[in-house]
Amino acid sequence: MGLKRMNGMNGFKELNGLKKRALLSLTLLVAAAPLAACGSNASTTGAAADTQGASADASKPASVEITNVSYDPTRELYEAYNKIFQTHWKEKSGQDVTIVQSHGGSGKQARSVLEGNEADVVTLALEQDVAELEKGGLIEPGWVDEFDKQSSPYTSTIVFLVRKGNPKGIKDWDDIVKPGVEVITPNPKTSGGARWNFLAAWAYAQEHDGSDEAKSTEFIKNLYNNVTVLDTGARGATTTFVENKQGDVLLAWENEAFLSIKEHPDDYEIVTPSISILAQPSVAVVDEIAKKRGTEEVSKEYLQYLYSDEAQKLAGDNYYRPSNPDILSQFSDTFDLDLKLVNIDDDFGGWEAATEKFFADSAIFDQIYQK
Amino acid sequence: MSDPNPIPPNPASIPQPAAAARNTARAQGRTARLVLIALGVLFILVMLVLPLITVCVYALKQGWDVFSNAITDPYAIKALQLTLLATAAAVICNTVFGLFASWTISKFHFRGKQFLTTLIDIPFAISPVIAGLVFILVFGRIGWAYDFLQAHDLKVVFAVPGVILATIFVTFPFVARELIPLMQAQGSDEEEAAALMGAGWWTIYRKITLPHIKWGLLYGIILCTARALGEFGAVSVVSGHLRGKTNTLPLHIEILFSEFQLTAAFAVSSILVAAAIIILILRNIVEFKGRKEEHEHVR
Amino acid sequence: MGSLKPARKKNRVIPGFGLSMGVTLSMLSLIVMIPLLSIFVVLSDVGPADLWKAISDPQAVAAYKISLLCALAAALVNAVFGTILAWIIVRYRFPGRRILDGLIELPFALPTAVAGIALTTLYADSGWIGRLFAGIGVKIAYTPVGITIALIFIGIPFVVRSIQPVLEKLDGQYEEAATMLGAGLLRTFRRVVFPEIRPALLTGFGLAFARGLGEYGSVIFIAGNIPYKTQIVPLVIMSKLEQFNYGAATSIALVMIVFSFLTLFAINFIQSRLNHAAKGAEN
Repeated sequence: MGLKRMNGMNGFKELNGLKKRALLSLTLLVAAAPLAACGSNASTTGAAADTQGASADASKPASVEITNVSYDPTRELYEAYNKIFQTHWKEKSGQDVTIVQSHGGSGKQARSVLEGNEADVVTLALEQDVAELEKGGLIEPGWVDEFDKQSSPYTSTIVFLVRKGNPKGIKDWDDIVKPGVEVITPNPKTSGGARWNFLAAWAYAQEHDGSDEAKSTEFIKNLYNNVTVLDTGARGATTTFVENKQGDVLLAWENEAFLSIKEHPDDYEIVTPSISILAQPSVAVVDEIAKKRGTEEVSKEYLQYLYSDEAQKLAGDNYYRPSNPDILSQFSDTFDLDLKLVNIDDDFGGWEAATEKFFADSAIFDQIYQK
Repeated sequence: MSDPNPIPPNPASIPQPAAAARNTARAQGRTARLVLIALGVLFILVMLVLPLITVCVYALKQGWDVFSNAITDPYAIKALQLTLLATAAAVICNTVFGLFASWTISKFHFRGKQFLTTLIDIPFAISPVIAGLVFILVFGRIGWAYDFLQAHDLKVVFAVPGVILATIFVTFPFVARELIPLMQAQGSDEEEAAALMGAGWWTIYRKITLPHIKWGLLYGIILCTARALGEFGAVSVVSGHLRGKTNTLPLHIEILFSEFQLTAAFAVSSILVAAAIIILILRNIVEFKGRKEEHEHVR
Repeated sequence: MGSLKPARKKNRVIPGFGLSMGVTLSMLSLIVMIPLLSIFVVLSDVGPADLWKAISDPQAVAAYKISLLCALAAALVNAVFGTILAWIIVRYRFPGRRILDGLIELPFALPTAVAGIALTTLYADSGWIGRLFAGIGVKIAYTPVGITIALIFIGIPFVVRSIQPVLEKLDGQYEEAATMLGAGLLRTFRRVVFPEIRPALLTGFGLAFARGLGEYGSVIFIAGNIPYKTQIVPLVIMSKLEQFNYGAATSIALVMIVFSFLTLFAINFIQSRLNHAAKGAEN
């Protein structure tokens, strides 16, 4: 017994030393592994930055790479746009440009840039998401006026998608608050796009109730009480409506509604309400990153060229409303150009005020669900 | 849970009723077997097979061309490569960890053991959303290590290392978790005997512990691989979705889905299903061969 | 971590403690603990009043209840069916057994979003299964039942694969002997098999439960996400993040982590007690 104990004690002492050494060396070892991986990665990006930095003064390097962080349904648009921009930039500067695309929910994408995802340009769904980057110091103030039309090269609006033949006879906003109508729309707290839906409904209510806040709140309450599934994003809501056949009406972005019709031409139709909202996606150069990488020039041109006739047509082809009125009128067959559109600045006092009033914690949207 | 067979089993003293009981028990065994198999198969059908069929039906909904285009898309292939890289890293790292951790926990006595075991389980319990967030809070622009990383021109999150780290994190406990109960059930008598005879830890591990746990280890590795292949939530937070750079296959699927390409999304998902099935077939082969050898050994 | 010393009562004979403990601790801290601590770093900027406000928000409280109940229900279903599955895979030979065995891991390999979409397609009232239930007036998708189904899906491998290796180690002869001696099936199970697999079953249950609490990807598609009715906790965290409110998000995350930790700790504790008791009985 005594021998055993001694044995154990000795072992313990020895192990203690070993333990220390093992801990230290292993901490270093385990720490070194991921760092080595980063190192190799960083060296390539570093090299790229060097060559790009050199471009500012001396002769330009043969190629340049920029990252465009965008939101969900713009992939086809930018896939097409990147091609024409590559040709344009080659003609203009002689450089080959590679554009790395990133897509996701607008708010999530903005957050990733804020958290260190290095985007040279952002093309997001909401002005507010870009404003968060300004607050974070990544984008210099005044970006809204850096490009035409408040930096929104294309716009969209909110329409209704209903089942073929419109069995519930939905014509306007007051039809979808009726009892027994099931509405599908994403949650404005998790989906930037869904905030447009909410605000469009509010705009209708305000017009009909003579700007009576209490009545409008009641209207919104009835509307959201008709919502049976509150998806986290626009795409999820579309799936719920189109694939899983839930609800009678989907509140959707115009471009997404067209995509659904394109996919299922016999099953759905678009209903344009009497009043809706001008949804203005925002674009901006992320100054901090573009400066660091020396890509300011190409980034700026990348966004500027969105206003060219060619790019505006592409936007129209992808069901976005071109901001150039001449090009827009060419698409009068597709879009209902008589639709009355309110806008966020004039009718809601800007995003900050709207968020504070409707979407902040315990604001009007939260009150809908409070018992 | 009432006992369905109230006859006391006491075969030595009363052989007659015991034989009857045995027969009843056997008949019961047969019925039970059928019922249990039926239940198990039904559960698997409804919970696993039907969703899989749904995926396949959707994947092929628009014909073979759409399917093959989706899975041979260069971005899909890039994404697959990254997924495989992250999976390999996770399996290696977590196997090493699992072997050490399970040995530590099951073969030694120390204070705070349950605490340690629970800490190992933590990645399971943490929402993938949070798992991704914690890496952002360390390495991201708002994180405390950001200045250091910037100063040395290093990138972790929104780059490949971040994707790998997040994958390792969410699959961290798999191998350990698989081995701990097994090794605990095993006890440590054999190892103690070997140690008393003067064997070193490596010899003990290799000669005594490992043979007992190899099937558990295999299960752990398979689980870890499967989970790493499919990991979405945490990686989604740290990846930045840079196409061709930090997009894993599950993220690529989500992007396709968000772009109204449901068919393509399901087609690419079927790659993951196929990968999982291949791994499982490999496992079955390894297991089958291994067990056959074991049996021959015994004889 | 200073308390992780060998207990003096029992002598250690097996060598290698320091090394294996060293590796375990350093990997654990680098990959899990240090990143997790950053939650507390963020929380240190959140005052106690804000912390309490975030975690006691009525929407969050409703979500805790929904997440807990659904995860518990799913883990219970998985415990029962997981045991049955492990049992028939290990003990019986029937056609298709290997395929069945092979299918178990698939819920892990399928990205959770895909699983969620596929399950919703099936269980919505236009889906193959949902239609059957819609006929009798039961709605599955977009209700808490739908959430539970998604959590069953993602949790089943934990239970089966925890029990399976233990069952394989367990000699079938004892069961046979018990049956030969005339013990009924349930009795054999309760007396002979159950005590052996109990620790593994507990582990599997605990893991399925904990995983269910945090699951996000698959649930959001099938849940309906209506506040107070079908909104789960990870979604509340997401919506706080979406408002760039890191403080509130990490506060709610903390509640989840503490709860999961306590659950797992309790299970590990019970398990080690059981192991202890078993060892004591043997000696």
